[in-house]
Amino acid sequence: MDVTITITDREGVVHEVQAPTDMAMNIMELCRAYELAPDGTIGVCGGMAMCASCQCYILNDIELPDMGADEDAMLSEAFNVKPNSRLGCQIPITPELEGLILELAPE
Amino acid sequence: MITTDILIIGAGPTGLFAVFEAGLLKLKCHIIDALPQIGGQLSELYPKKPIFDIPGYPSVLAGDLVQNLMEQIKQFQPGFTLNEKAETIKKLEDGTFIVTTNKGTEHHAKAVAIAGGLGSFEPRKPLIDNIEFYEDKGVEYFVKDPELFRDKKIVIAGGGDSALDWSIFLADVASEVTLVHRRNEFRGALDSVEKVTELKHQGKIHMVTPAEVTNVFGDGKIEAIELDINGEKVRKETDFFIPLFGLTPKLGAIADWGLEIEKNAIKVNNALDYQTNIEGVYAIGDINTYPGKLKLILCGFHEATLMCQSVFNKLNPGKKYVLKYTTVSGVDGFDGTRKEAEKQVVKAID
Repeated sequence: MDVTITITDREGVVHEVQAPTDMAMNIMELCRAYELAPDGTIGVCGGMAMCASCQCYILNDIELPDMGADEDAMLSEAFNVKPNSRLGCQIPITPELEGLILELAPE
Repeated sequence: MITTDILIIGAGPTGLFAVFEAGLLKLKCHIIDALPQIGGQLSELYPKKPIFDIPGYPSVLAGDLVQNLMEQIKQFQPGFTLNEKAETIKKLEDGTFIVTTNKGTEHHAKAVAIAGGLGSFEPRKPLIDNIEFYEDKGVEYFVKDPELFRDKKIVIAGGGDSALDWSIFLADVASEVTLVHRRNEFRGALDSVEKVTELKHQGKIHMVTPAEVTNVFGDGKIEAIELDINGEKVRKETDFFIPLFGLTPKLGAIADWGLEIEKNAIKVNNALDYQTNIEGVYAIGDINTYPGKLKLILCGFHEATLMCQSVFNKLNPGKKYVLKYTTVSGVDGFDGTRKEAEKQVVKAID
């Protein structure tokens, strides 16, 4: 089953993408799969919550998994952090994400 | 001038393994890396994380893999230019290359293999307007020579391993160490966190949390920083400001070498030998791209092997050669050592 997720890339272009829920993917990997940001500018650490290159701003009220200690710590060191910042690599794609709207943070 | 057969740019796993494959073909290698240590991402980003897809290792820590690779290649005596970035490349009339680093170190090589991963790691700079003006004038993103900070006042910013480890180390070197972080929690090895706590209680490290460095001041060199502590601006005198917010990879100067670049990666001929559009310049590992490319360490090893064979054939045109197996031929190091399988005995059993 796919869910629809709306992502604004770093150039301001809005993409409505279909995200599979059965491929053990996360939001960072979804952006890479759809090539919404150039290689080397997103998911640099591979998804270990260690680089913040997949930081995004969550724009609507969809319930997301709680932030883990690693993600919280990484965001405390990252730049351009807002109250609605999350690391895309720490958000697995599940059916609950249907309708999620987010924006990629600047590099 | 450093001379070598293959100049490898990038000391990550692919670059290191290339030394081994080149050595089997009696080709000497020299490696340049922007970081002060070898291992690339494995050392810089995740030395303590396990990797599960290295053939033959059900699990290996990234840092251990780097150590093992170093052990595997040491008999081929690779040279290293660390803490320098490959900046320019010049092809000479005889087809060899001169690669010069940002510090002016010149390398003369018969072939160049770019194994630069995602690019060279550069510090993530805090968002302070005039910070670039103070770089090398009191703002340091790396601790290259701790003696620079002897009996000086320093301010370190960051909440990860680097910030913790350098605060601990410099507590005995600098006259005053102040550690600034946006929150009270730090992320690092447990013993580092405990050590910083101990040093804080001994008064050897001043902690300012939650706080942020929001400005730097000084006439020609840094003299003070501005701290934002819960919205209150506080000026603090210091000789050095060391922001340690991690590193981010940049393709950097290589992007201007005339190589065909696609999606931040270098296009190569994967049907043959991972050569780029410049004859004699190869790209191996995560930095290259071709149809079906997978950014995996194990793929980098394969690419490194084919690259070395191609360089050998290019340097020895027409020379008869068959692929050797190390199990059969052993490994003859440039240092005079020899590794080989133990001989079987042929002996009558009485």
